[in-house]
Amino acid sequence: MRIVVDLNRCQGYAQCVYLAHEVFRLTGTEALTYEPNPDDARRLEVERAAAACPVRAIMIDRLDGAERGAAS
Amino acid sequence: MTLAATLAELVSDFRANGRIVIVGASLAGLRGAEALREEGFSGSLTIIGDEPYEPYDRPPLSKQVLKGWVPAEHTLLPRFREVDAQWRLGVAATGLDRVARQVRLADGEQVPYHRLLIATGTRARPWPNPAEAALEGVFALRSRDDAARLQRALAARPSRVLVIGGGFIGSEVASVCRELDIPVTLTERGPAPLVGALGGVIGEIAAQMQRDHGVDLRCGVSVASLEGDAAGHVRRARLSDGTTVEVDVVLAALGSIRNVEWLQGSGLAAGPWGVGCDAGGRAFDINGVVTDSVYVAGDVARMPHVLYEYQFLAMEHWDNAVFGAEVAAHNMVNLEPHYRPHLSLPGFWSGQFGVNIKSVGVPPFGDEIVFTQGSVKDRSFAAAYGRRGRIVAAVTFDHGKWLEYYARLIEQSAPFPPPPPGWDRPDVMEPVPAEFPAPGVPTAIPDVVLTGHDPNERRAEFRPRGH
Repeated sequence: MRIVVDLNRCQGYAQCVYLAHEVFRLTGTEALTYEPNPDDARRLEVERAAAACPVRAIMIDRLDGAERGAAS
Repeated sequence: MTLAATLAELVSDFRANGRIVIVGASLAGLRGAEALREEGFSGSLTIIGDEPYEPYDRPPLSKQVLKGWVPAEHTLLPRFREVDAQWRLGVAATGLDRVARQVRLADGEQVPYHRLLIATGTRARPWPNPAEAALEGVFALRSRDDAARLQRALAARPSRVLVIGGGFIGSEVASVCRELDIPVTLTERGPAPLVGALGGVIGEIAAQMQRDHGVDLRCGVSVASLEGDAAGHVRRARLSDGTTVEVDVVLAALGSIRNVEWLQGSGLAAGPWGVGCDAGGRAFDINGVVTDSVYVAGDVARMPHVLYEYQFLAMEHWDNAVFGAEVAAHNMVNLEPHYRPHLSLPGFWSGQFGVNIKSVGVPPFGDEIVFTQGSVKDRSFAAAYGRRGRIVAAVTFDHGKWLEYYARLIEQSAPFPPPPPGWDRPDVMEPVPAEFPAPGVPTAIPDVVLTGHDPNERRAEFRPRGH
């Protein structure tokens, strides 16, 4: 699956880190890094993390692997 | 039929049967394509990109990818809706004929358009000596392939990395090196890292932070030459102060060059500064007259910003690519009076040395800085930039939750120094010179960036000054 975090919006509440610690990590107290293309097996925890984000900074692919068009 | 009805029919006919070409298949190109479909455009859509990959996100490349946590190919951007486009990936646009309304591709094909969105972004400025740049172990960092190559080099545990340039990319890479426990030397021509983007006062804090983390930081020096061994691998750098550094990996982090060469002869206001356009993303021609069929978004766009005396700003930031593309897409399928302006406040972030650096507004527009919250010693603080008695920007180190407070003040043209939010006050709150380099003094980051929230509802308005 594919995600992107709007790190302008992110304020380091770290709810995502608790809910999906394999996908989201804090470096220090506020700087978030993450796996942008986590394994599909993590979808449920990533969705929970996105729902729990107080500033709604986590955005998830809405095509769910369907027609992305770009042949590469 | 009335004129209004005729125009409305034109718009609806274009939305159904028009032909739009987007040049640039990165963040701005993708979000522009999605926005066009969201706006109801159901005509033909072609997306052209010189890299062979579908759109991917660049900010992770200098951080989690280099660290080796995330593979470079794991940066594909999420899609928010189907775009039903013809993708032409791995083939660069090489020319634009605005009379025939055609984009020329590297393989000779001519792609016709009714409306064109230019989103070709920037590339890394290469090390200026081509023979030295070709040495094994010399890197730049902009693309996914760049990141994969540099990551492999770091994973091989080099004896020392030299980072040339103390802008954000250079500083982030130095940070990754230290996290990986790799010795690193960083050279910066200016007096401190980040000085072009944030000024000398903040630069001095960044410099101390780098040294505390073991970076061998050399400011006020440049790299005179790179030397390789018999096998053509870089081994040594000669600095302008006469010293040498033994290295086996070199990153040239010299800022960016805008991808405008393909527009030569097109008659657009395109040059090293980017492509000039209005705040609605409509490109200017070479005479400074706005065009009706060519639009610009993302890093390559340079547009006036109402909060900054209508100066033309190139905003090389993530939010700018997203919102600029959405605004341009909206305006591509609408007519006056339904045009929208791109008025987001610039903003960016950078994670380095365990600290989250964020900014809002345009710091180099200010000439004074005042610390308003927190502690410089703890590297957890907020500071505001001012010019002529009004706040124009703010920066935070691990104080990101407060950035919105400052963003609102900037949008209101609030007085400088601003009222602190009421707690967490530093001992000294006196404005001091922000110490930006004089114009013309080269730094790694010569340009300004931009972001914001819900730009669709933003509008400019004039207000009396002086309060």
